[in-house]
Amino acid sequence: MSARTLFDKIWDAHVVSAETTATPATLYIDLHLVHEVTSPQAFAELAARGLRVRQPARTLATLDHSTPTLPAGADGNRAYVSAQAQAQVAELERNAAQHGVALHGWDSAERGIVHVIGPELGATQPGMTIVCGDSHTSTHGAFGALAFGIGTTEVGHVLATQCLLQRRPRTLAVQVEGELAPGVAAKDLILHIIGVLGVDGGTGHVIEYRGSTIRALSMEQRMTVCNMSIEAGARAGLIAPDDTTFAWLKGRPHAPQGAAWDAAVARWRELASDAGARYDRELHIDARAVRPTVTWGTHPGTAIALDAPVPAPRDALERRALDYMQVRAGQPLRGSKVDVVFVGSCTNGRLSDLREVAQVLRGRRIASGVRMLIVPGSESVRRAAEAEGLDRVFTAAGAQWRLPGCSMCIAMNGDMAAPGELVVTTSNRNFEGRQGKGVRSVLASPATAAASALAGELADPRDYLDPRREQAA
Amino acid sequence: MNPVTRIHSRSAVLADDNIDTDRIIPARFLTTTTRAGLGRHCFHDWRYLADGSDNPAFALNQSQARGCSILVTGRNFGCGSSREHAPWALLDYGIAAVISSEIADIFRNNALNNGLLAIVVSAAEQRWLLAHPGIELVIDVAGQYIALPDGGRIGFELEPFARHCLLHGVDAFGYLLQQQAAIAAWEAGHGVAA
Repeated sequence: MSARTLFDKIWDAHVVSAETTATPATLYIDLHLVHEVTSPQAFAELAARGLRVRQPARTLATLDHSTPTLPAGADGNRAYVSAQAQAQVAELERNAAQHGVALHGWDSAERGIVHVIGPELGATQPGMTIVCGDSHTSTHGAFGALAFGIGTTEVGHVLATQCLLQRRPRTLAVQVEGELAPGVAAKDLILHIIGVLGVDGGTGHVIEYRGSTIRALSMEQRMTVCNMSIEAGARAGLIAPDDTTFAWLKGRPHAPQGAAWDAAVARWRELASDAGARYDRELHIDARAVRPTVTWGTHPGTAIALDAPVPAPRDALERRALDYMQVRAGQPLRGSKVDVVFVGSCTNGRLSDLREVAQVLRGRRIASGVRMLIVPGSESVRRAAEAEGLDRVFTAAGAQWRLPGCSMCIAMNGDMAAPGELVVTTSNRNFEGRQGKGVRSVLASPATAAASALAGELADPRDYLDPRREQAA
Repeated sequence: MNPVTRIHSRSAVLADDNIDTDRIIPARFLTTTTRAGLGRHCFHDWRYLADGSDNPAFALNQSQARGCSILVTGRNFGCGSSREHAPWALLDYGIAAVISSEIADIFRNNALNNGLLAIVVSAAEQRWLLAHPGIELVIDVAGQYIALPDGGRIGFELEPFARHCLLHGVDAFGYLLQQQAAIAAWEAGHGVAA
């Protein structure tokens, strides 16, 4: 057999019926993740057709998008943004119960953002096909799983048949070499890659991130990278599983145990792309050139180094973006006044992200007039952070420590900013109105977000992390 | 679904590149549990002023764009989230076809699954269409072309299975359900409990 890529191997292993000119491939789905926003109409479709969930044991549900991040009041009532949001949550509770689907709801110690809890539970495993009605499903590709977002109609397809109709996508190798400089995060790397690739540079492709830089990343960092594949238009991003992957997964609740674990690891080791495997496209990135990176415009492709001048607009659209963001071409974003700082999301809401924020905030106060929300990605992250005392570092600095959820990343639960406010956000999208109507969003790493909260303006985290400066201060 | 064979309309134009799904329907309108009635939120923050009145500067609010069911857009339409609420909102608003030089993958699948034609043409053809808003277009799904007022035609590719579903008014669900035996066989061969 000819040399195959990681993608080829996973795809080939899941073909129920092969693609023809007339029909797409029918692809078997190993794991279907479900949340309250994109599932109600799919369950309604099943009910209308008299169908059941085919594989409840391969379906995992959570509440994350519409859920409030403030604790319930003394009366036990939660501060939902609307009765409709509350009804949406209740609908998933009903649907999950009716179909025997495990739901990590309010009473679960594992509830959290769908792309944070899948890996935490060890439900996300190498070689799997994973889908969810959510574009950031690409996150799970960090484990060498083929994982991508689908629409609600397709959620219905997978609920009823555990299969999906798919045309084979093209492959794009993003080869990253060199060491990341101190103070430069995985978030900076992926923003840099998207800046090079463009907001639609990955359309029609599955990305495989490769090279020495990628191999050196932790699982959390790999998740941050794969998470944002969709921001370059690629539905999925993959990283070959290795010892880092296996060490991270071992012992997690859904991971294989004992002899089954050894057999699984042996199988997973075969997944990496064969030497000489061909990709449809290749892109080379020098990691040493990456600096703390942010976005100046209204899509993630507008990534530039924090200290680089904002480029001159090339067309009316870019002039409009500059106008919306109230930034000036020719000047760096560093120093721009900040109103709100958001730390969290499936991109950067894991324990390592919170540690990076705490490292910057420890013993300091955020600037007056800045509102800072820190939202853990899951209950498990929340517990671990509190066990380390990170919550006390945050609140002592003047930040708000919230309950897990998507929160201000998608701003549909009431956590949002006011028109015109500038938000430095560790999330994944800076679209117009994403964090509230008229809100100006700047994507950044957790450390950059924390430094900016302290300074009250966009700031370089290295100014707060350099030990020599610490001593001098 | 009703068959989609031919769409005849004047064109409306939104020339911006990268019109993302948050612009098509902001996330705060996603708490619904049905597909219905999302048209009033379509392009919400672009379309309405703060007081709730129509924004006269929004292209689709202008008189020549009213009632148009063919939307010609800038590149990379529908990028961003997987929310199917975006094609639901467009259809409910009255859009039956979107034409661009590039359409984001998840949005395109979602659109076609709902009978919203998502058509990709060359960059040159897209530029020409963007520069000629309000012209009469006829989209022929079977023939895979857009007929222009001067008798010219712009051909387009359409994924054959989506084309079949559109022309016959069927959806993919039925096709998948017909494969139950093959799915069960696959599960049996891979140690998946039925």
